[in-house]
Amino acid sequence: MAAMAPALQQDDPEVAFPRRRRRKLGVYGLLVPAAILMGVALGYPLVRQFVISFQEYGLRQQFGQPAEWVGLKNYTDLLTDPYVWTVIGRSIVFCLVNAAATMLIGVAFAVLMSRIGRASRITLQVSLLLAWGTPVLASMTVWQWLFDSQYGVINWVLANVFGLEDMAGHSWIIEPLSFYFVATVIVVWMSVPFVAFSVYAGLLQVPEETMEAAQLDGASARQRFWNITMPMVRPVLSIVLLLQVIWDFKVFTQIYVLQRAGAPTRETNLLGTLIYSYSDEFSLAGALATIMLVITLALTGFYIRQMLKEDEL
Amino acid sequence: MSAVTTPAPTTLDPAPRKPTRSSEAGRAQSRGGRRALGILAVVLAAMWVFPIYWMINSAFLPLNKLQTPEPTFFPTEGTFSNFRRVLDDPTFWAAMRISLGVVIVVLVAALLFAFLAALAVSRFRFRGRKGFILTILVVQMIPAEGLFISQYQMLDGWNLVNKVAGLSLVYTAAILPFTIWMLRGFVAGVPIELEEAGMVDGLSRTAAFFRITFPLLAPGLVAAGVYGFLQAWNEYTLALVVMTDPAQRTLPLWLQGLVESNRATDWGVVMAGSAVIAIPVIVFFLFVQNKMTSGLVAGAVKG
Repeated sequence: MAAMAPALQQDDPEVAFPRRRRRKLGVYGLLVPAAILMGVALGYPLVRQFVISFQEYGLRQQFGQPAEWVGLKNYTDLLTDPYVWTVIGRSIVFCLVNAAATMLIGVAFAVLMSRIGRASRITLQVSLLLAWGTPVLASMTVWQWLFDSQYGVINWVLANVFGLEDMAGHSWIIEPLSFYFVATVIVVWMSVPFVAFSVYAGLLQVPEETMEAAQLDGASARQRFWNITMPMVRPVLSIVLLLQVIWDFKVFTQIYVLQRAGAPTRETNLLGTLIYSYSDEFSLAGALATIMLVITLALTGFYIRQMLKEDEL
Repeated sequence: MSAVTTPAPTTLDPAPRKPTRSSEAGRAQSRGGRRALGILAVVLAAMWVFPIYWMINSAFLPLNKLQTPEPTFFPTEGTFSNFRRVLDDPTFWAAMRISLGVVIVVLVAALLFAFLAALAVSRFRFRGRKGFILTILVVQMIPAEGLFISQYQMLDGWNLVNKVAGLSLVYTAAILPFTIWMLRGFVAGVPIELEEAGMVDGLSRTAAFFRITFPLLAPGLVAAGVYGFLQAWNEYTLALVVMTDPAQRTLPLWLQGLVESNRATDWGVVMAGSAVIAIPVIVFFLFVQNKMTSGLVAGAVKG
């Protein structure tokens, strides 16, 4: 960079920034293709879903009957149904438990990676990468096979290595709580690598000079970790946690596939699968999706505001 | 918001810097403690990779080795018959064709559009810039399940249901936000001064961009490409909604079909099918992942 400094000093605005005015409009030209595409395939459906949520729109309307405006009826129908509240509660708990577990394990892995020798670090990294890279559906089939009640290796290990005889032939997904346990194991297994690698990359950014200076000033390892490392990787932690909460709240594929494997649907629904189950009553699905978006914003809004304030965007 | 002036982030060079001994020295971390942590890491690595090992192990086992009271931990008497059954299945190749078609269209469209948009938000300041970035973030919160119905209706109205073009359209829109987010970190990482120096030396702005900045963005584009590839190759739910015709199934839908027709009868074939879909992705992924994470982190901390 230093070599370029002289060139920059004779910086003549006319030379460096020609055609300033035309460029100003050109900027929007660069945004147009992406904006149109997102507008058509995301924005329009979103608006439409929102509109439908105030209408009576079911199968009959799909075949040409005009949709009738019903105001907030869909919302009141949903929000007076205790089952919907149960599912909302479940989804929030599931999301928070999964995001917390993923963050804890992921950060622990990242710190571990920064403290071990090269060989063991690469071993851990490759294994995390393998878990990360595997397509969701392939992972789902493997986990179903691992948890298979009859020939699954997990039941075998529990029964024969840990001596839990009654785990032989145990069906994991029949019972809601153990269904969620299985789902959590799978979701955490898939999500930890992303957190671990992002945080590890953040840890590498902490300048050694700062650490050495702090050390000379007598800061203990613990003090250095909490007072220097943590604040410096905080932007990474915030964004990763934010994404984790968003992703875990709208989890669908894992739950859906496990349900298809023979779990009782009603007892195991989360918001994603509940919306999907309303596929014949579009207005209810639309209203519930809107409610879900509002909850997501409530869960993350504080966070996003914080990030905006600190100019991390 | 120091987008334009941010110096090149070190994240463009993601080669893991060796953690220095000195930063560790204050901690009473003996050589033995370090070794214990290393062993712990290897044990955790083994735990994390076990499902993948199990997938490949089971894929090589014949039925009579899978359905035994005692699991077979090594495929010493392995067979390729499960893989052969997958590769001889014409529906697998049909799904492969559809998946490849979708992946190619999505990659080209998403990369091009995201690149242009990333350029705009990280190289220029204009009215609505912050709003655009915020929209990109919020869009990722939209519960996709809520949009399926209206997306389906929209595609149906344009006769795009069960078409590669239709699925590609919704996929591209879905991955654009994150791709823009990622690329913007990379673009912001190339100092504008480099370009300006080129312009001072007589290049036009466009030429300066393509001769100086663009080559430096190659890793970012590769990373974004891999992200798009993974998404389009792996996605299940939207495909489930859009590709209702069994003849138009993508690979994940094909795999789920295989699971449902073989459940509790032949896990070996299912594992072979999973492995066949997973292996190309994993190999691809191993090559480029560190560029991906560093791009994300750059996106997170740089304007």
